[in-house]
Amino acid sequence: MSIFTVLLGTSLCAAFGSGIAALAADRQPAILDWIVFPLLALSGIAAISVCLMMFSDFPGYAVVLPLGLPWLQWHLHIDILAGFFLGIIGIITFAVSLFGPGYLREYFHSDYSLAVLGLATGLFITGMQLVVMADDAFVFMVAWELMSVSSYFLVAYEHKESANRRAAFLYLLMAQIGALFILLGFGVLAAFAGDFSFESIRITTLTPFWAAISFSLGLVGFGMKAGIVPLHVWLPEAHPAAPSHISALMSGVMLKVAIYGFIRLVFDLLGEPHWGWGIVLLVAGSVTALYGVLYALMQHDLKRLLAYHSVENIGIIYIGLGLSIIFFSTGLYTFGVLGLIAALYHTLNHALFKSLLFLGAGAMLARGHERNLEHMGGLIHRMPWTALFFLIGCISISALPPFNGFVSEWLTFQTALQATKLESGVLRAVIPITAAMLALTGALAAACFVKVYGIAFLGQARSRHVRHAREASRGMVLAQGLLAVLCLLFGVLPTVTVAALNRIADDLTGYGVVAATQKGWLWLTPIAPEVASYSAPLILLGVFIAIVVWACLYFYARRRRRIQPEPRKPAWDCGFGPLNSRMQYSATAFAMPIRHVFRSLMRLHEDKVREMDPRLPTHPSALRYQFHADDISWHYLYLPVEALLHAAARRVSRIQTGHLRHYLAYSFFTLLLLLWLIT
Amino acid sequence: MVDNLNAVAVWWFALSQTVLFVLIAPLFTSWVRRIKCYLQNRQPPVLLQPYRDLRRLFAKKVIFAHNASVVFRSAPYIVCGTTVMAAAVIPFLVVEIPIAAMADAIVLVGMFALGRFFLALAGLDVGTSFGGMGSSREMTIAALAEPAMLMVVFTLAMLASSTNLSTIVTYILNQELVIRPSLLFALLALVLVGIAETGRFPVDNPATHLELTMIHEAMILEYTGRQLALMELAAQLKFTIYAVLIVNLFFPWGISQSFAPGALLLAAFALAAKLAVLGAFLAISETAMAKMRLFMVPTFLAVAFTLALLGMLSFIMLESL
Repeated sequence: MSIFTVLLGTSLCAAFGSGIAALAADRQPAILDWIVFPLLALSGIAAISVCLMMFSDFPGYAVVLPLGLPWLQWHLHIDILAGFFLGIIGIITFAVSLFGPGYLREYFHSDYSLAVLGLATGLFITGMQLVVMADDAFVFMVAWELMSVSSYFLVAYEHKESANRRAAFLYLLMAQIGALFILLGFGVLAAFAGDFSFESIRITTLTPFWAAISFSLGLVGFGMKAGIVPLHVWLPEAHPAAPSHISALMSGVMLKVAIYGFIRLVFDLLGEPHWGWGIVLLVAGSVTALYGVLYALMQHDLKRLLAYHSVENIGIIYIGLGLSIIFFSTGLYTFGVLGLIAALYHTLNHALFKSLLFLGAGAMLARGHERNLEHMGGLIHRMPWTALFFLIGCISISALPPFNGFVSEWLTFQTALQATKLESGVLRAVIPITAAMLALTGALAAACFVKVYGIAFLGQARSRHVRHAREASRGMVLAQGLLAVLCLLFGVLPTVTVAALNRIADDLTGYGVVAATQKGWLWLTPIAPEVASYSAPLILLGVFIAIVVWACLYFYARRRRRIQPEPRKPAWDCGFGPLNSRMQYSATAFAMPIRHVFRSLMRLHEDKVREMDPRLPTHPSALRYQFHADDISWHYLYLPVEALLHAAARRVSRIQTGHLRHYLAYSFFTLLLLLWLIT
Repeated sequence: MVDNLNAVAVWWFALSQTVLFVLIAPLFTSWVRRIKCYLQNRQPPVLLQPYRDLRRLFAKKVIFAHNASVVFRSAPYIVCGTTVMAAAVIPFLVVEIPIAAMADAIVLVGMFALGRFFLALAGLDVGTSFGGMGSSREMTIAALAEPAMLMVVFTLAMLASSTNLSTIVTYILNQELVIRPSLLFALLALVLVGIAETGRFPVDNPATHLELTMIHEAMILEYTGRQLALMELAAQLKFTIYAVLIVNLFFPWGISQSFAPGALLLAAFALAAKLAVLGAFLAISETAMAKMRLFMVPTFLAVAFTLALLGMLSFIMLESL
């Protein structure tokens, strides 16, 4: 038994075991601190080790487990792509296991069962690990369902609020519909291969028509989980409902598992891609990205806002995948690889910074008891560490140098700029427009996170709870710190990361980009040094030198007593009385100009209620303003579909007469029909 | 050995060029102001007035508002630092500088975005509505200007098959003198973006403190002393960077391709002349135009974006066959 097998087994068994151990948590909450979360941490570390081993030239590993049906045993297989995603799962699981114990203190005195939470979490993580290990469609679907159903219980955890129950039901419904599509997609493949195992699917070639069918089924199925517009509607409902560390797992990892499934299907199983698929992905991705960020700007519930940002980032990943498919199908393999690397890089980055932000939101929720931005403010004075790490998350997700989000967007742009090499005029025109939408998305994301950080952490506290918030517990801070450091690390060491991701692309497609790393670890040169280069370490060095010079000057001046501590005075209030926290800009006000610009793309509801003073009928005594942005996909897609279903169901319900003889007649005719069909 | 010495000398040159860049930034601002004064029949201050202002501010005591946090305190350094770094990577007197390979045009846009991110946060930090108003407006304008800027970058990058600024300048310098529609559109778009990003007429008025109209000034309203000086310097530097970008990308004539002293001198003179002309044009346009309403600015930037997109499409459709 090799060390690899042990690690793999540990990662699965520890996650599963933590779920089982949690069953005793209701009677003995200390078990969470001492057994449940340490087991999760162990599972995370084992998964990371598997990932590292895969990247250090381990040849891959396959095993057939005697589980499942006698003629359908479980095939598990780890290749470098699976290893990479296992690594993502591991990192976030580890961070969550640090964060969890402190966060769950809030739930000790609630009516909700900690055992259910722990069990579902363990199963959820096991399910996700199994999905990336699966080597046949059967295990894949079993693991996928394990992941979906256990996360349903996590979303429905705080079930006494009706909004959460509704969100959980919506999530379950969409997860099942999505799973059905995936099942059908695999069904098409398995019909051609005559077997469920990925190995035999890989070697069969489909007719273009059936390949396109399977691709579309996969796009819808995995897209429903990942959150492509308009299939994203469960995300903004489910993420706020789940406990925050679960939101971090769902948004940071589960969406990535959906991306994994899609990459596995398109780049590995389906064979030769068609450029039309790339166009579909490109359009879907750019619409998703812009849609996500615009709706994120309109939210003031922090977790809902972050959920919409997940939609945005999934769009960016799909743009990378679309570019990759276009270049692969036109024979420009190097650029195809570059697109795939950009997409994988962004997948990793999004897992890191989105989990970081959700954990930060969790810390604020635990300490400030607020999710609504309009009631926050000034948290940087109360929770300095959380504030620092949250800031790093904000900078990373806004794609600003030198953090990690910037590198993957930069790579996506570099791939898109190679559009001039394409023959087709349509493709050459579509790709730059996509790039423009990506640019707009990035800029809007920066605006959105200025809003989030500025309103939540800066300024003055807007509510009592927030005014008296304490810093989060040590484990919670540590978890955020770990992810923040990784965000910086993957931002300043892009060359190393790209070299590693290049091996995934090489393994998957047989092509790689050699030029990207040819000038050493300092310089990232995706196509050629004279075409584009970026040196994050040198920029960081520049920043470092600047800080050192500044510090020297500062201490020199202080020694010479040139600098005294700065006096504090009230802010400029135009000569009227002192400023209070209600005079600050609110989140809704901050986003107002952008709302005004893009109002035609959204359905906005603004309620202005004016309460009149009874003594002075011309003077309002109070003004109330409420703002709410409806997701237009409800209005244009889901509600019409729902109405249609309703009408159809009403038609069909006419056969439900309530008379026994009618039902007997139905049974009789059905039997007749079946007998006729069989003979 | 000689190669190493040369490399060190080149790096030193690049650094001193950046210092020069930072030093002339107030002068360029002053030049534009001066022409405006002449055009508006006013008596201009001496040309070195911005330097005097900066010296005065650096000498003054810093005062913080009660609620100011570490973000507020560090923002001037970050804003100024990113702007200086942006200045360092732009071909200023010489085309091929080693720093230019460190960050290409997309990174340049990213650096501006990073500086702006902290500027906007600083505006929100004290918790006055002025700061919030400024930040909100600044981020809105940036959100619309940045894509246009990137489109300009993409057009140039596709033209020169590179996003490195040095390579782009070399390409434009070496091509024969033809008017390419793509370049023309990109130039117009870059001018509009530059006006919006640096807060000039008709988007913002750098000389006002009227709450209904100010954007940049609203964000830095609470700053005092050396912190204010850094913010002012960053704004002047950013203004100059856009001017240098416009003249060096689209009219790179005279820029030096070697480190010979004669060529450098020529390059300095050429750049000074080009900047003087550009400044004069800007002053004329600012005198002739009135400030726009805030909600007209998106239209202004939509025009910039459309121009940039037209530039890119005309390159793809007409020129890249």
